[in-house]
Amino acid sequence: MSEEGKTSWFARLKNGLKRSSSKLTTGIADIFTKRRLDDDALEEFEDLLITSDLGVTTAAKLSAELAKTRFDKEVDSAEIQQFIADEVAKILEPVAKPLVIDPTKKPHVILVVGVNGSGKTTTIGKLAKTYKDQGLKVMMAAGDTFRAAAVEQLKVWGERTDCPVIARDTGADAAGLAFDAIDQAKREGYDVLLVDTAGRLQNKAHLMDELKKIVRVITKRDETAPHDTLLVLDATTGQNAHSQVETFSQATNVSGLIVTKLDGTAKGGVVVALAEKFGKPVHAIGVGEAAEDLRPFEARSFARSLAGLED
Amino acid sequence: MFEGLSDRLGGVLDKLRKRGALKESDVKEAMREVRVALLEADVALPVVKTFISNATERAIGADVLRSVTPGQMVVKIVHDELKNMLGDGEEINLASTPPVPILMVGLQGSGKTTSSAKIALHLTKKRNKKVLLASLDIYRPAAQQQLKVLADDNGLGILPIVMGEKPVSIAKRAMDMGRKEGYDAVILDTAGRLHIDMELMSEVAQVRDAVNPVETLLVTDAMTGQDSVNVAKEFAEKVGITGIVLTRVDGDARGGAALSMRQITGCPIKMLGVGEKIDEMEAFHPDRIANRILGMGDVVSLVEKAAENIKAEDAEKMAKKLRKGQFDLNDLLSQLKQLQNMGDLSGIMGMLPGMGALKKQMSQTKIDPKLLTHQEAIILSMTPKERENPALIKASRKKRIAAGCGLSVQDVNKLLKQYQTMSTMIKKMGKMGKKGLFGGMPKMDPAMLEGGDMPDLNNLPKGLTGGGGGLPPGFPGLGGGGGMPPGFPGFGKKK
Repeated sequence: MSEEGKTSWFARLKNGLKRSSSKLTTGIADIFTKRRLDDDALEEFEDLLITSDLGVTTAAKLSAELAKTRFDKEVDSAEIQQFIADEVAKILEPVAKPLVIDPTKKPHVILVVGVNGSGKTTTIGKLAKTYKDQGLKVMMAAGDTFRAAAVEQLKVWGERTDCPVIARDTGADAAGLAFDAIDQAKREGYDVLLVDTAGRLQNKAHLMDELKKIVRVITKRDETAPHDTLLVLDATTGQNAHSQVETFSQATNVSGLIVTKLDGTAKGGVVVALAEKFGKPVHAIGVGEAAEDLRPFEARSFARSLAGLED
Repeated sequence: MFEGLSDRLGGVLDKLRKRGALKESDVKEAMREVRVALLEADVALPVVKTFISNATERAIGADVLRSVTPGQMVVKIVHDELKNMLGDGEEINLASTPPVPILMVGLQGSGKTTSSAKIALHLTKKRNKKVLLASLDIYRPAAQQQLKVLADDNGLGILPIVMGEKPVSIAKRAMDMGRKEGYDAVILDTAGRLHIDMELMSEVAQVRDAVNPVETLLVTDAMTGQDSVNVAKEFAEKVGITGIVLTRVDGDARGGAALSMRQITGCPIKMLGVGEKIDEMEAFHPDRIANRILGMGDVVSLVEKAAENIKAEDAEKMAKKLRKGQFDLNDLLSQLKQLQNMGDLSGIMGMLPGMGALKKQMSQTKIDPKLLTHQEAIILSMTPKERENPALIKASRKKRIAAGCGLSVQDVNKLLKQYQTMSTMIKKMGKMGKKGLFGGMPKMDPAMLEGGDMPDLNNLPKGLTGGGGGLPPGFPGLGGGGGMPPGFPGFGKKK
């Protein structure tokens, strides 16, 4: 848990993304060290995109796009990389929006949802740090009352970021806790309230109902809340991310995504497909376990890194 | 898990099933669709490629295209390849001097801590072992606490937490405690780490060297995408793994990771996490999974079972008799026996594609599983003459038969009535052919009738054609007339 300086964040992100794209890059070099773009080459190109989790549909679309202008022409890897970077950036730009806190809300309530192990609690800790550093008064609500020691985990983040954590015992009612937390945040004039929830698989209807209940209760206390509902998505997730966005959106009106664990080799390419299909804003990415490892999502650098290009 | 993949593959393969002859291009087209289905299920690309090339090679081999039932053969090939891909199911290995060290490794958030506790409980309950849990996760806040709570709540042994201790020392202390207190196994839950984090990977390698684990289990989320290749490879190379634990199998992921992992690591999948509760962990059965993926029931084993149990000559003889419309109680008896040889009725139903609903119906109407035995007993209580010529059987004979088999006269009547219906139908079919058979089954679900196009069963198990007629037509829910479902078509027509 080294607390590295801010200067290194870009290097970190790039390292992470570069690792994630190194295979793609090597792959591209293998196929396209000057070669005619024929059907075989196109298929290999498509396969490479698929290994980045872009999904069959998006991969096919990009490949068709490539074929439109360059079919039967000599192409090299630099050209292909540039092509991927440009196309992916084009898709991602509309969704790359930071999460803006509305200072008039007091508190701006952010509900954080996602499947088990996607990194909700860690992301909340990081968000708390981000907003705290912006000079905002931040409170957290330990709404994961199911998983053993989840409350303790968030409490540690509370100590690290010096933000209060509203908690009850494991097994307590998460909706009631959220209600009380809003009450307290209002009374004490907090700017931001981050509400954690237990991880749940989106195909468990009863757990999704429970989530709806949390939203209902929050709305009861403040009819404009939750002001944002963030779906935390693990970058190693494959095509199941589609189902996650779809189902969580039905239950809670997801307003944006945060993609975690991008410091691994996972390509997070599914984000590209998600942007095309759902157009939900991607607010931030997680590139490490430390408090400052949450970064704004930037379409261009994400795309360039995915294509294996230096920024 | 798997339902989505199952739907997709089912669609592709159904098209094939319905076809008569197949051209090479048909197979290739289908394989392209299979490829997309697998990729959309997140099966790793290299694994998909191998799969498709193996399956295509076999499917366009001379055997398939020339066989009478190419569609069905292709389905079987895909099934076989899926099963290959999944490998064998294996239990967690505890064959060593206790305490046996088990090391749990994986990425962040894959479910190591929960799985550790679940496996401890599994070993305790199912294999009667005394298991000690120890958390080596000194990084994630409250991770050690999490394992302790899980252990305490479930009465499992837990190594006391010493703050500030390094993973290697924790591991050694756990093994010490395991030895001193007579534990059979020690499960070491490690911190989640990225496979490319050199520092943490070498840390877990040090733990490995300190305790020499018998099992090193890679815990993987069933929702993992194409990155599963990198993760599995790196962990296999840098730490060395002996098995896979797949978590969140109860989600709606299409299960690509399950299909890829075995291929990439060469290690068996040992356990599946199927729920949030601590006892929701299962052993892994590759064939069940393959069947579920194809949504095909288990046609393959049905065909194999039928072939095993029904002698070819018997079947041939039966087919001849049926064609002539001759059918006596001896024939009914031999068919009842064949059915019994093939296992219990609901099991057979489960093997037939699209028969799930019917099976449910059967269990609702509570068909006595002993029905076949009873019917057999009734026939066995008859004289040879009576069996050849059931018309002989009148009131007093019925009484004698009922007494002989320990059942009532009504039961005897029922059997005779069934025989009557069947024999009439068989005569009819002798004249009308296939159409007549299907016409006689108004209650059948049309989807099931499509099974009638499964040419495979038409060809292979001649005995089954007999089996078809043999199932007592009086079965509730079976459409009243037709007896065995339409997986067994055309017996009035062929030969």
